[in-house]
Amino acid sequence: MATQQTTTAGRALVAPSVILLFVWMIVPLVMTLYFSSLRYSLLDPDNVSFVGLQNYTAFLTDPDFLTALYNTLVLVASVLVISVVGGILVALLMDQPVFGQNVLRLMVISPFFVIPTVSALVWKNLLMNPDSGLFAWIARSLGFDPIVWFTNWPMLSVIIIVSWEWLPFASLILLTALQSLDEEQKEAASLDGAGPISYFGYIVLPHIARAITVVILIETIFLLSVFAEIYVTTSGGPGNATTNIPFLVYKQALLNFDIGGASAGGIIAVILANIVAFFLVRIIGRNLEG
Amino acid sequence: MALKQSTGKRIGVTVVAWVVAFLIFFPILWTFITSFKSEIDAIAMPPKFLFFNWTLENYFEVQERSNYLKFAYNSIVLSIGANVVGLLIAVPAAWSMAFAPGKRTKDLLMWMLSTKMMPAVGALVPIYLIFRNLHLLDSLFGVGVVLMLINLPLLVWMLYTYFKEIPVDILEAARMDGASLLNEILYVLTPMAVPGIASTMLLAVILSWNEAFWTLNLTTTNAAPLPAFIASYSAPEGFFWAKLSAASTLAIAPILILGWFSQKQLVRGLTFGAVK
Repeated sequence: MATQQTTTAGRALVAPSVILLFVWMIVPLVMTLYFSSLRYSLLDPDNVSFVGLQNYTAFLTDPDFLTALYNTLVLVASVLVISVVGGILVALLMDQPVFGQNVLRLMVISPFFVIPTVSALVWKNLLMNPDSGLFAWIARSLGFDPIVWFTNWPMLSVIIIVSWEWLPFASLILLTALQSLDEEQKEAASLDGAGPISYFGYIVLPHIARAITVVILIETIFLLSVFAEIYVTTSGGPGNATTNIPFLVYKQALLNFDIGGASAGGIIAVILANIVAFFLVRIIGRNLEG
Repeated sequence: MALKQSTGKRIGVTVVAWVVAFLIFFPILWTFITSFKSEIDAIAMPPKFLFFNWTLENYFEVQERSNYLKFAYNSIVLSIGANVVGLLIAVPAAWSMAFAPGKRTKDLLMWMLSTKMMPAVGALVPIYLIFRNLHLLDSLFGVGVVLMLINLPLLVWMLYTYFKEIPVDILEAARMDGASLLNEILYVLTPMAVPGIASTMLLAVILSWNEAFWTLNLTTTNAAPLPAFIASYSAPEGFFWAKLSAASTLAIAPILILGWFSQKQLVRGLTFGAVK
């Protein structure tokens, strides 16, 4: 089938996508690398000089950077744990033959389709506001003092909001994986007298293990880049309490006009994401044969 | 297992499932309800759940005070425009990868996937500076190009997985019957490919509609879509919860409904075919 002619035609059809993506990936990356070696401030744009790795040493020794790195890891890890464990539970529940299953599924997946700035502002105001928010009312009704979420527990507040956005994604993917478990296997397990825990441990978990891995890796890619939720709720504060790496780079570039420093931060973010991407690409690549 | 479940247990599971789903959905429902309150009812303590004076005034005011329709227009133009252009570029590529794969097709697909892993902050500084110099900041064209590029790998991938499912034998049968290449594409392949293309477009539009990193950083007023419009309600000058809720409802309703139709595609699209 693959004659000379079709190969040439095939290349011509693929070329636009490849060229565009290549330019989109390489040009900014090379420029970011280049800027990261300069002292370059937009406040003083005529005075640009080469400084080698100085931006990296400045960035890596800056306590703000270490805080941002720590915050990034805390945010990613917490949301992963909440959304994956919660997602497994929700998926198991939705997989049961319950009344109105389709409607339930639509309700559960809905938060994923909400614009991130909307989720963040709705949670911050309507739910978490310490004076008039719904949580404050629940706390008072139960006789507790309302929690002042964004002042006393800023990172936890961001984690809750982001988890609400990603729990549906994990639930939906895991539910899809659960539904492909064969009936025969289920029956065999029940004939062998497997209890619910051994059934889950020996049959369900191995079956959805790959889907769990995929969920973890994909969420990690997105969670490393959480930005809008922080931008509209805390602006990285109070202090640096909720500044993650994307927000730090944004602050450095667009608020402090330090192009060199921000670029070094950007490169560090790229390296972090690539570590995750390396594993994700291998898992998906293994699947491509089929 | 299902056969042996007692009725009591089944009712219990149903109740638990509904409670959990309700709790997850509740913030959206609460936003919707609040959008019909007056500003005073919106911050009332104890909260008013259903018994208040339902009003539509917030919806009118959101349009009047902050020109909702302009932002909605930008969102529509960006999410549809960027992805239509994206499809024009992605369909031929996915087509040729699925039907005439070369030795390097698999590597090329993996490389495209890897471009999706590039975090946006890594490109923020140069894109911002390039856009500033070319006067593309706050322009629909500029943001549209970025939205198109960030979705392109996903478009190629999803289309590829759909096209792969079209049986090649049918092409050979058509060829035996003397169909020309053009007829083959028009009458045999297109009808089979349309559902996959439509599903891909649906997911791509949803993702563009909700994109909030580039739209917040590259737009201010002229080209700002709904995520940026909502962000303007974060200014802490007093409480406008009812208006925030009305604006939010307007911003998410269309995409929520589209999203409900696209659950299956979502799984395939966002996992790059790794979970079907």
